[in-house]
Amino acid sequence: MTDREDAVVATSGLTKRFGSVVAVDDVSIEVRQGDRYGFLGPNGSGKTTTVRMLLGLVYATSGRVELFGRRMPGPARGTLSDVGALIEGPASYGHLSARTNLALMDAAGPGSSRRTRRRRIEDVLEQVGLDGVGRRPVKAFSLGMKARLGLAGALLRRPRLLVLDEPTNGLDPQGIHEVRDLLLELNRGGTTLFVSSHLLSEVESLCTRVGVLQAGRLVAQDDLAALQAPTGLVLVRTPDPDLAVSVLDGRVVRRDGDLLAVRASTAEALAGLLVQSGVRLTELRAERRTLEEVVLELTGPGSDRVARGPDR
Amino acid sequence: MIAVELSKLFRRPRTWVTVGLLCLLPTVVAVFLAVTDVAPRPGEGPAFLSAVLANGALFPAAALGIVLPLFLPVAVAVVAGDAVAGESAAGTLRYLLVRPVGRTRLLLAKLLSVVVFLVVAVTAVAATAYEVGTRLFVPVPGSPAEVVTGLSGSTLTSQQLAVRTVLVIGYITWSMLGVAAVALFLSTLTDSPLAAALGALAVLVTSQVLVTLDAASSVKQYLPTRYWLAWVDFFRDPILWHDIRLGVLVQGAYAVVFLGLAWAAFTTRDVTS
Repeated sequence: MTDREDAVVATSGLTKRFGSVVAVDDVSIEVRQGDRYGFLGPNGSGKTTTVRMLLGLVYATSGRVELFGRRMPGPARGTLSDVGALIEGPASYGHLSARTNLALMDAAGPGSSRRTRRRRIEDVLEQVGLDGVGRRPVKAFSLGMKARLGLAGALLRRPRLLVLDEPTNGLDPQGIHEVRDLLLELNRGGTTLFVSSHLLSEVESLCTRVGVLQAGRLVAQDDLAALQAPTGLVLVRTPDPDLAVSVLDGRVVRRDGDLLAVRASTAEALAGLLVQSGVRLTELRAERRTLEEVVLELTGPGSDRVARGPDR
Repeated sequence: MIAVELSKLFRRPRTWVTVGLLCLLPTVVAVFLAVTDVAPRPGEGPAFLSAVLANGALFPAAALGIVLPLFLPVAVAVVAGDAVAGESAAGTLRYLLVRPVGRTRLLLAKLLSVVVFLVVAVTAVAATAYEVGTRLFVPVPGSPAEVVTGLSGSTLTSQQLAVRTVLVIGYITWSMLGVAAVALFLSTLTDSPLAAALGALAVLVTSQVLVTLDAASSVKQYLPTRYWLAWVDFFRDPILWHDIRLGVLVQGAYAVVFLGLAWAAFTTRDVTS
């Protein structure tokens, strides 16, 4: 706890067994103030169980969880009123309106002012784009509207930490874009984000820091930029590929039509050499590994494949 | 939290449909009685009905006797069985708990809303029955039926009658606590409101069967439905307290044990719904 004073979420040795199945195995997560943390992993890797342990819904078999430096679940349950959460899809009372749903949830727990309730509800509905929804019952909502309402519920108390499990489920591309912009804006305002997802593109476009879970174990946790370190290759697209190959003389590792992968220390040096030799350039950039490559390498094949293991 | 639970309870159309149906059954019985004027023979049919025909002021008690054996326990089992399992099935339980609402607190609020439902339902039945009874069964002026006669043959003043009807409302509400506690306990174990309600009803049916079984006489006095019918003793003169007192104790014991179990189960369980 001493060396991670700015940790908003910190777990150490977090483990959960369901009978003989180890769902989460010795996971130590660290999310710092202001992070946009992406919690990645294939389906069934233990993401949701971990999220539920963070929020005190599932009790850990061993290990500990701290939110804002306070032990969870502990006597300071009020800690959670600083957290907004979306867990495995939104849920609401179908026969009530969006506003009534938000008001009931808000009134149910501590740390919310009755005086500002109506104002806050209107604000978050506007933020998620549901302000014109009226009094219609939630059961008449589309999947996307329910997702937006779920997010509104998470934002209602202006939490310092947002824990979002698959937040864009059910949203169309436009909605995904809007939600991403909203989350980025909240993060600029100081809200720490913890986004659990199996969608690599979502995490890649939103997060600054990534933890990768595989079969219950945290196999990587690092800044996104560090995971996507340059590969030492420069990609060159040119209308004169043959000329380029002869100039570069054996440094071309791959050739795919007019796209060459060249071993080079920096893109700048390579550009100078090629231009001097009269090679025209359409595109030139250092190759970085995509998050997909990184994660596939770490997690291996198969997401929901249930293979017969040696121990069963 | 309690205000939130009550608000959820009374905003649900189902709550009012249930109360409406509970009030409807005695009304149907009253209409048939009034139209045909055929009273059940003494010792047959629900208690009190023959007396009602002469004076409708007794009908609230008779109406409660009609809904007590089946309708009321079913309604209570459905509402209490839905309490936690319904939130669980809808997915709102996880959002309530991370709101955060303490688990003990949530369970207490649920229990209280079940009790409030019970009081509202029982009072509504008694009130409707009073309205219906006094309109349909007007005693002939000057006839002996103009005064209400208790089961012991002595007359009851209207004030005595009112007090005793209130006592009956209280006793019948209390009698449902056992069912409510069992249903609430099952509700914390399962994500299916239906399973919880049916489980509680299974316990009741078992109890009803054993109560009538002579071979089970050794356990009879501990069964939850054993003293349900003791409410008629409120209309004896003087009130026969013996069975009523035992009924209150037995229900209280069931409530304490099963609410304790519900608390133990709910506060230690992983919420994965």
